[in-house]
Amino acid sequence: MALRIPLVLALMLAFAAPAAAVQPDEFLPDPVQEQRARDIGRNLRCLVCQNESIDDSDAPLARDLRLLVRERIQQGESNQEVIDFVVARYGEYVLLKPPFKASTYVLWFAPPFFFFIALLAAFLYYRRSRAEEALPEAQPQPLTDAERRRLAALLDNDKAP
Amino acid sequence: MRRILYLLPVLIFLVVAGFFFKGLFMDPSEVPSPLISQPAPDFDLPPLNPEKPGFRTADMQGRVTLVNFFASWCIPCRVEHPLFMELAAQHADEVQLVGISYKDKPEDSLSWLSRLGDPYARIGHDETTRVAIDWGVYGVPETYLVDPQGIIRYKHVGPIDRHTMDNTILPMIRDLSKPVS
Repeated sequence: MALRIPLVLALMLAFAAPAAAVQPDEFLPDPVQEQRARDIGRNLRCLVCQNESIDDSDAPLARDLRLLVRERIQQGESNQEVIDFVVARYGEYVLLKPPFKASTYVLWFAPPFFFFIALLAAFLYYRRSRAEEALPEAQPQPLTDAERRRLAALLDNDKAP
Repeated sequence: MRRILYLLPVLIFLVVAGFFFKGLFMDPSEVPSPLISQPAPDFDLPPLNPEKPGFRTADMQGRVTLVNFFASWCIPCRVEHPLFMELAAQHADEVQLVGISYKDKPEDSLSWLSRLGDPYARIGHDETTRVAIDWGVYGVPETYLVDPQGIIRYKHVGPIDRHTMDNTILPMIRDLSKPVS
């Protein structure tokens, strides 16, 4: 029974939402609209702190943008329309998740590409090492007569003085 | 064939290192604006100073305009301010210098200007910062050069220094004031 407490705590932490900088006075009265605002805000970069979303950032600009997002939601815009509005002003750089299009193909395809290369290299290495094990050359060859004589001479030399 | 395979990691490393090296000399705080070559946003700002006109989109028609977002609490604004005083004194016939006070109490902006001098022909007061967001402003100072057709031609983030003023902004002002042939 006592063992379950850490497990429950770990599960609670795993599913806990990170604390956002969204202030209570910004909340929309409609929880559905507020949730949409969170979904949008989580994916918009705060241009002041750059690696935080506008929902995570305490920068005044982030607050202005959160209010703007909520205002446009209340005006009846779709999530995509709100995002397009912000992108038109600040560029695609504000999207924390880059769009999938020609100029970002390298970004999206490079990781799977390098993973594939690594898999291929690992496979080739594995296959070659298996092949080498199977080869008769891998076994030690018996010494030739000339090698035997040379070895005997060297050993004799050692004993001599 | 084998040789080339052995060289491949070195080549990949050199390409990646090349990009990183270039990145060392780039300013990550400078975000490219999608508004360059686009018409200036549509807005109508009330005047900050009751003795001077406010600022709206139509005020940019027919002449080159330099739009400067500033605030009294902004230290870099103080750094670039003497260059604007100079611009207003020497080039008022070539360019209309306009200020937009950003996230500031009107009385603070006004007292800042009365202490340091007011170089602006017009000053808009952006109480809600909505107009600043329409311009893509993410920090002050930011400065935009708008051509006589109302198209944004250039954006500068951060304080303008003498080098930028003499080598980028002034030549662009001269270029844009030429009648379109």
